[in-house]
Amino acid sequence: MTSYYFNEEHETFRESLRAFLDREVLPHIDEWEEQGRIPKDLWPKFGEMGYLGLNYPEKYGGMEADFWYSVVFLEEIAKCYSGGFTITPSVQQYMASPYLLKHGSEAIKQKYLTKAISGEYLCSIAITEPGAGSDVANIQTRAERRGDHYVVNGAKTFITNGVYGDVLVTVVKTDPEAGINGISLLVIDRRAEGVSARKLKKLGWHASDTAEINFDEVKVPAENLLGEEGQGFFYLMGGLQLERLAGAISAVAACEHALAYALQYMSEREAFGRPINKFQVLRHRVAQMAAEIESTRAFVYHCCRLHADGQYAVKECSMAKLLATELSDKVTYQCLQFFGGYGYMEEYKIARMFRDSRIGTIGGGTSEIMREIIAKMIIDDKAYSSAGPLPGTRPTNGKANGQAKSSTSQTKNGNIQSVETIFQAIQERANNSSALGHTLKVDLGGEQIYLDGTGSENTVSREDKDADCTVSVSPEDFESILSGDLNPMNAFMSGKIKVQGDMGVAMKLQGLLG
Amino acid sequence: MHGFDEQHTLFRQALRDHLDRHVIPQVDEWEERGELPRDLWKPLAELGCFGLTFPGEWGGMALDFWHQIVFIEEVSRCWSGGFAAAVIAHPVLALTHLAESGSDYLKEAYLRPGIAGEKIGGLAITEPHAGSDVASLRTTAVRQGDHYLLNGSKTFITNGVHSDFLVVAAKTDPEAGAGGISLLVVERESPGLSATKLRKLGWHASDTGELAFDDVKVPVKNRIGEENAGFYYIMQRFALERLVMAVSAVAACDQALAYTLQYMGEREAFGRPIRKFQVLRHRIAQLSAELERLRAFNYQLCRAYDEGHYQVTECAMAKLLATELSDKLATECLQCFGGYGYMEEYRIARFFRDSRLGPIGGGTSEIMREIIGKNVIEHSK
Repeated sequence: MTSYYFNEEHETFRESLRAFLDREVLPHIDEWEEQGRIPKDLWPKFGEMGYLGLNYPEKYGGMEADFWYSVVFLEEIAKCYSGGFTITPSVQQYMASPYLLKHGSEAIKQKYLTKAISGEYLCSIAITEPGAGSDVANIQTRAERRGDHYVVNGAKTFITNGVYGDVLVTVVKTDPEAGINGISLLVIDRRAEGVSARKLKKLGWHASDTAEINFDEVKVPAENLLGEEGQGFFYLMGGLQLERLAGAISAVAACEHALAYALQYMSEREAFGRPINKFQVLRHRVAQMAAEIESTRAFVYHCCRLHADGQYAVKECSMAKLLATELSDKVTYQCLQFFGGYGYMEEYKIARMFRDSRIGTIGGGTSEIMREIIAKMIIDDKAYSSAGPLPGTRPTNGKANGQAKSSTSQTKNGNIQSVETIFQAIQERANNSSALGHTLKVDLGGEQIYLDGTGSENTVSREDKDADCTVSVSPEDFESILSGDLNPMNAFMSGKIKVQGDMGVAMKLQGLLG
Repeated sequence: MHGFDEQHTLFRQALRDHLDRHVIPQVDEWEERGELPRDLWKPLAELGCFGLTFPGEWGGMALDFWHQIVFIEEVSRCWSGGFAAAVIAHPVLALTHLAESGSDYLKEAYLRPGIAGEKIGGLAITEPHAGSDVASLRTTAVRQGDHYLLNGSKTFITNGVHSDFLVVAAKTDPEAGAGGISLLVVERESPGLSATKLRKLGWHASDTGELAFDDVKVPVKNRIGEENAGFYYIMQRFALERLVMAVSAVAACDQALAYTLQYMGEREAFGRPIRKFQVLRHRIAQLSAELERLRAFNYQLCRAYDEGHYQVTECAMAKLLATELSDKLATECLQCFGGYGYMEEYRIARFFRDSRLGPIGGGTSEIMREIIGKNVIEHSK
């Protein structure tokens, strides 16, 4: 199924990435989990392979690859048995660096982005504070402009890469009176004077250095402002979709990985004389999870396509993050159960998968925040009106009309005769039928026949007026319909007839002709 | 997105317009009466609905599978599971067998009038003691010269009472298990064939029948395809049936959710519309997200089907998930209506009972999980 999105080159990339991870990451992962940190010299190796700048411009050292390379990257790093590992390059590439690229000055890009892509610098995005997370408007960290620099005071928490990282893309208030219009993004050196970090102890994600960070009179050069002052909130809103989508991609891959790991165990472990994968109740649980994983993957890929096409898919990305992370909790919980007592022991990796999953429904906006966003879009925007939008329809862009016009202009020469014939035929049939109750226009490529059936009887003219319904058809095709050689419904379905306006009126024309 | 273009949208508009004017205003009466009027079929046939994907030489439209999807979605939004079942079973279950495996004689005799809405068909596989376990069917067809003698019974057959013909699965070789099944086209009015209408929890507008065959003579030329190859034909089309059920379930959920949202905007409690209450908002958000997920999954499978891939495991997954979601959504939407949800004056009560058939018909959820479990677990080795 994935072949709809990935081509051979993506799969080649996947293979080489997997080989790289097998060599550079997997043999060390237990140790990193134990130590609570990942050695810094790992990232230049990633950088050298181009893994940290997949969608970034070549001029900053990026690969300028399409988004599906990032999907492959996120999937594969999620299969290394450590959520703490997964999140580290994920934050770097998809949550922090995008702001440097999109809003940073050329100087910032040269100074920070190139080094983030090469793996020399590790970046963080510092939004959440002890008192405010998704409620970004209420953050308290203050940046006061003093001459050619800002002075930053405040605190951030739950910051991934916050202890051992190098660069903090920090959300600050530059104008505390202005609400969301007073928020700005500053690039702050992790080692700047006045910045201190405390490593937080966590339920899972042990390999990751999640930090609480304090800013005490930190001097930040004014040129480290990203974009414009006061625009930070809007920059964040533009960036959070990618963060959520990345979270969803990782979560689906983690589900798939946990299930594969459990299936392996279930084929080896015996109970009552047979492998436990023969027990129906467990098989059905596997089936249910496999179905939910497959359907979530289909939806997440659908969202990836929207993102890759440049759409700002807030609703879909929020849905994807909600569904995928909640599924991950369910899948890791149930898979752990298959392992029985062993599932609770650290000698199997399912215990870690379980605890690492649990952050998914919290980080990047909780499930409750996702539902708030979705509810606002679905309920308050009245996306579901009583008639309801047609599912699967694309907004018409007027292209069809343009095509109809151009095709008919070619056939216009010498058609006056047939238009006259059609006019007489319609007039004859209209006179013999009861009033349509509507107005209807037949557009024969620049020549109109106007049928007014709103009175007691139908009147037919050659006027060019707006009608309840306009039927566009070439004179030749219309003659074929009149002669019975062409079924009107077939003509409609094959695009030979185009209808604008009330479809019901067009159906009446069919009745008139039939 | 997905496989719909302007042409599909035009077809959708034409069909919806017809359904809005000629079906939806009457479904309450049909539900009450427990059957559909015979004059329902012809106008749908004139819109091309029963031959969308079938070849032009038999009166079909020879269009792509996405037109079929449009048809399934639109008839599923008419507030009557029974109506949807009847008009889907005829083309998708009965005619597909004729179109894909029937002889020219059968196509002339049944497919052409079937597409034209002149003869209505049903598919009869399930028996009182065997459903998804097709190999265990007991109805027998014994060859006697130029005809078969059919004996046995079938049950839960959609269009079983008021149809004109039935595609019946029978054992032509009782010793051969799955390899001894053939498909026969049986005239509904054949001597020896009797039908009883079954009373049901929902799907009231549909004539679900129990059929008894007592020495029914069926000409040999009414056999679809090869003798003893019926199991293969049935299995091949189960994927389609399940995909169609999944698509139908999502479309019906769309309609129910929109209906519920409308009610939530009008109904007030404690001085504000109930759609302002956070707990209900989050429930709607969750349901919408789950619905969108399954729509994306279904459409991905539709695309695969359109391109000629039979995704047996995935179609079972889609059917399992969509029909179970429909039950969940029906329960939660009904709840949003409070006491009115329990009354027949709102349509949510009917949606609730009609939905309940989804995880049973076309193979239960448990059968779906058997299929998926088998494929996923064996694939993992």
